[in-house]
Amino acid sequence: MGNLLAAVVSAEATDSGESKSYIQQMFSSDGFHAPSITDFFPPAIFGDGTIFEFNRIMMVRVIAAIALIALFWFVANRAKVVPGRLQGALEFMLDFVKDQIVEPVMGHEGKRFLPFLTTLFLAIIFFNITGVIPFLNIASTSLIGLPIIMALFVYVLYLAQGVKKHGLGGYLKNSLFPPGVPKGIYLLLTPIEFLQVFILRPATLALRLAANMIAGHLLLVLCFSATQYFFFAAAGAMKATATVTFAAGFAFTLFEIFVALLQAYVFTMLAAVYLNMALEEEH
Amino acid sequence: MMLAQTLLLAEEAHTSDVEGADLILPAPYDLLWSLVIFTIIAVVFTRVFLPKIQKVLDERAELIQGGIEKAEKAQAEAAAALEEYTAQLTEARAEAARIREDARVEAAQILAEARRRAGTDAERIVETAQRQIDAERHQAVVSLRTEVGTLATDLASRIVGESLADDARQQRVIDAFLTDLESTVKAEG
Repeated sequence: MGNLLAAVVSAEATDSGESKSYIQQMFSSDGFHAPSITDFFPPAIFGDGTIFEFNRIMMVRVIAAIALIALFWFVANRAKVVPGRLQGALEFMLDFVKDQIVEPVMGHEGKRFLPFLTTLFLAIIFFNITGVIPFLNIASTSLIGLPIIMALFVYVLYLAQGVKKHGLGGYLKNSLFPPGVPKGIYLLLTPIEFLQVFILRPATLALRLAANMIAGHLLLVLCFSATQYFFFAAAGAMKATATVTFAAGFAFTLFEIFVALLQAYVFTMLAAVYLNMALEEEH
Repeated sequence: MMLAQTLLLAEEAHTSDVEGADLILPAPYDLLWSLVIFTIIAVVFTRVFLPKIQKVLDERAELIQGGIEKAEKAQAEAAAALEEYTAQLTEARAEAARIREDARVEAAQILAEARRRAGTDAERIVETAQRQIDAERHQAVVSLRTEVGTLATDLASRIVGESLADDARQQRVIDAFLTDLESTVKAEG
């Protein structure tokens, strides 16, 4: 139900000249509003046109960040040796990153990257999950900036670790000229490896996350705005279609929760893999 | 398909200057706010929250480790105590056996002593009796000798008519008679 309401809210945001009251609009339809990419560029709350422009999505990010920090503030300051339920649940997430991502990929060496990777995992979950939270209804990561920043953190970290461990020359040689292939192959392999290490890895990290969240948002908006349209504007038998679209919206909401967790897992896992590749002696 | 067409037909034209490429090309404000927000989260988590939680986790691990060690120590102590008790029990049994053995030996000694003393007593009694018998016999012999001598002398005086008043002669006759008598008894005995 919350999703339905919020779908209306976001519809309202794109239709600022609307004279009907909120309640009137909620239980009526003035035509079908298909989801569009304008959803990702809502009007500015302040600083319009400047680098400090702050809009709805920025606000959702701030809310997600505050929720995340508040939750861990609360738990970290009351952390006990014998954990309560909340602490146990959070510890489960921390252990998940440690046991399912960092240790299998990086082994014992990964321990020093555990805090960063854990932070990354938790932050992505919280930023993603806003896509299905009523009244927020947009994933903070669906606007490319945040995925790019997070990918840049990973990018800088793995480059820095690689250079620190092997030296600049050693790292470049390691990553651009993988040993064990005939010399001629390097003509082909080195450009590909260069693209991989310096462009594709961070770019795909950011794009994968943003694209998933954008697609999820469009699907949810499609389902719920269609439900709104069919239920209030369509005539006769077409009204029943609203049931189908609503059920689809419900299913996609659950699916989006899964995707939010999955993408956090994928992002963190790949970050660990890239870090490990930078630290490895040989490919 | 029909559903999609319906949706498309129903859609009103949405005038906007937003292009598809904007979805992957970040606006400066987007990057700025993302950087600020994520940096705050990264710093607060890696510097404050996660170390705090890690400290608690380490404490827990230590506590569990300590508990295991304590249990192991208690078990070792129990095992040592059991061993000690077993040793004590064995010693006590050996002690009891030794005491029993001592008692038996002592009893045997007491019995032997008693038997020896009884034997000595018996011997002494027998000896005393023997001595008494000897003394009585001697007395009997002496008295017999006196009486038989007187009797025989009287008898002989009457038969011979001769007074054997002479003591010396009388004594000689008696001795001869008694020697005779003794040799007869010995020869018979």
